[in-house]
Amino acid sequence: MFDIFLSAETLSSTIRMSVPLIFACLAGLWSERSGIVDIGLEGKMLAAAFTAAAAGAYFQSPWIALLLAIGVSILFSLVHGYASINQRGNQVVSGVAINMLAAGLAVVLGNEWFKEGGRTPPLPPEAQFPIFHMPGFDAIQSVPLVGPYLNIISGHSVLVYLAFVLVPVTAWALAKTRFGLRLRAVGENPHAVDTAGISVAKLRYQAVIIAGILCGFAGTYLSVALQGSFVRDMSAGRGFMALAALIFANWRAWPSMWACLLFGYLQAVGLRMQGFKIGDVEIPVQFINMLPYVMTVVLLAGFIGKSIPPRASGIPYTKDR
Amino acid sequence: MSKRGDLPTWVDVGLIPLLNLLLALAAASVVFLLINENPIECLGIMIKGAVGSLKGWSYLLYYATNFIFTGLCVAVAFHAGLFNIGGEGQAYFAGLGAAIVGLNLEFLPWPIVIPLSIIASVLFGAFWGLVPGYLQAKRGSHIVITTIMFNFIASSLMVYLINYWFRPIGKMAVESREVTGAYILSFREIARQFFDYKYPASPLNLTVFLAFFVAWAVWYFLWRTKLGYEIRAVGLNSDAAVYAGIKPQRIIMIAMAVSGGLAGLVAVNEVLGAQHRLLLEYVQGAGFVGIAVALMGRNHPIGIVLAAMLFGLLYQGGTELSFAKQHINRDMVVVIQGLIILFMGALENAFRPYLTALFFKADD
Repeated sequence: MFDIFLSAETLSSTIRMSVPLIFACLAGLWSERSGIVDIGLEGKMLAAAFTAAAAGAYFQSPWIALLLAIGVSILFSLVHGYASINQRGNQVVSGVAINMLAAGLAVVLGNEWFKEGGRTPPLPPEAQFPIFHMPGFDAIQSVPLVGPYLNIISGHSVLVYLAFVLVPVTAWALAKTRFGLRLRAVGENPHAVDTAGISVAKLRYQAVIIAGILCGFAGTYLSVALQGSFVRDMSAGRGFMALAALIFANWRAWPSMWACLLFGYLQAVGLRMQGFKIGDVEIPVQFINMLPYVMTVVLLAGFIGKSIPPRASGIPYTKDR
Repeated sequence: MSKRGDLPTWVDVGLIPLLNLLLALAAASVVFLLINENPIECLGIMIKGAVGSLKGWSYLLYYATNFIFTGLCVAVAFHAGLFNIGGEGQAYFAGLGAAIVGLNLEFLPWPIVIPLSIIASVLFGAFWGLVPGYLQAKRGSHIVITTIMFNFIASSLMVYLINYWFRPIGKMAVESREVTGAYILSFREIARQFFDYKYPASPLNLTVFLAFFVAWAVWYFLWRTKLGYEIRAVGLNSDAAVYAGIKPQRIIMIAMAVSGGLAGLVAVNEVLGAQHRLLLEYVQGAGFVGIAVALMGRNHPIGIVLAAMLFGLLYQGGTELSFAKQHINRDMVVVIQGLIILFMGALENAFRPYLTALFFKADD
């Protein structure tokens, strides 16, 4: 029991599982705070994961892979931006389209380029991100009991640390910078921002592009760092789980991180729970798997606390004449 | 006469969707070119594979049966102003109703057990739609998010139930045992048993007639009954509907239950008609295709039937294409589907300003 819930391996895997969620959740945060609903996190993440794995296999460099993945992810966000900002189309419909497009294109192009039914070849160590070891931790590692636990925060891919750095950066940018304040204003009351002579469209495009960049990180981490190759549908609903975390966090940066860590923990536990029994009763792993979604529904229903989205989210902005 | 500023109906429901569809196909052609294929040739293979033979038509109609149900599911919710992306989960959960009744009441004669199984499918689907509807109406939780969450909950729940409840002991494949009582006959079986005719093998079964009937029934419900009128009134303007004595909360819940029930009919086609057992992930994205079908069919049953057949063509054609050209993956269909949703849904008004300018210039 201890082994499943509190061992160093579970907690370390919690960190790894929550990283793509954090990137995607922050992406959703930027986008939705500006008033653009983003159901397409999943698709952008998947597109980035595929691009990174394909580029990584071709160029043998994680950094080129990351750059290209971010580029492709931004491309998808621009499509979403064009549909929701210029065309004032339905943002949910656009998100659904992006998810399908990404899922289909990744397999079709992957099959064409690598002839492995949509998979990409496994990446050799030199095409992977460097692992960051906390200085001095090698010595502590051998200390019994405590040593393995200290390793929870050491020995991860550099992207892991970036994710956790981006949380305070996002919180600060949204709360303290002029850009962040304007961006939030655009998500609450675009008319007021427009009256102040600031372009609603420009701000929203900036937000959507930031979301694209972050989804690029999420996808790259998934395929290059976590798995070492791309397999079809590998994002496996993480984009939607990030969306759930965002709601759970009431559209704020720090709580987003905690929500993602919680959901990441549930994923990590779920991975180790196969065949877990209390007494004679086997606890099905499926119940752990559905917990994040059940919790989000309960929260949304207002039974525990209240989650309030940005007021103008999902509503296309039309200038009054 | 339409008033100034409105485009004529034929432009609105004919020309604009056609232009958007062409745009989507043009974008799909680019993808074909990317994988070094001739798009015209591929389109030809797809069309020939779907409508060039009795077998092709059978598969087309089999797929279309599912898509009619899920398309109607999205449309009914849409008329109430709700975006139900939960058709996938509602259809999946409905399989539970079909299987519970179909497997447990098989001692009953088929004229009783088949209708009972169909009703159970509808009720289970309706329940999975009603809960998000209730949460939207009474607790204000956004329907899009709740239905997404319910898709995932259904997915985990069904894995558990099929694995632990329905799978016969000792069977490796995660599926239920065969449904024998509520067995809806396929066209092939009917042709062999009653007409002594060899019909090509396909999963097409009698449910296809149910689909066409339900499409008519939904039209009647929405445009000829009081409840349907109330649903449309809430969808157009729920504030105004209140002044007409309509309770939007009640209507939202009813619309979501009806919507979920329609998605539930997919279980009839799959569990009772095609597979004769409850399989893992048997909905296979039909719920999401429903979104595309409803968008393309402009939320009208006639449009939905036509769009569902077009998507049936796309699915069957896609399979044939992947047989004919080994390196083209069947997921090409998903790409085309995504492009259709993008251009006919999110970008549906791309041509409108130009067409409006064109038409009123000609008028002046």
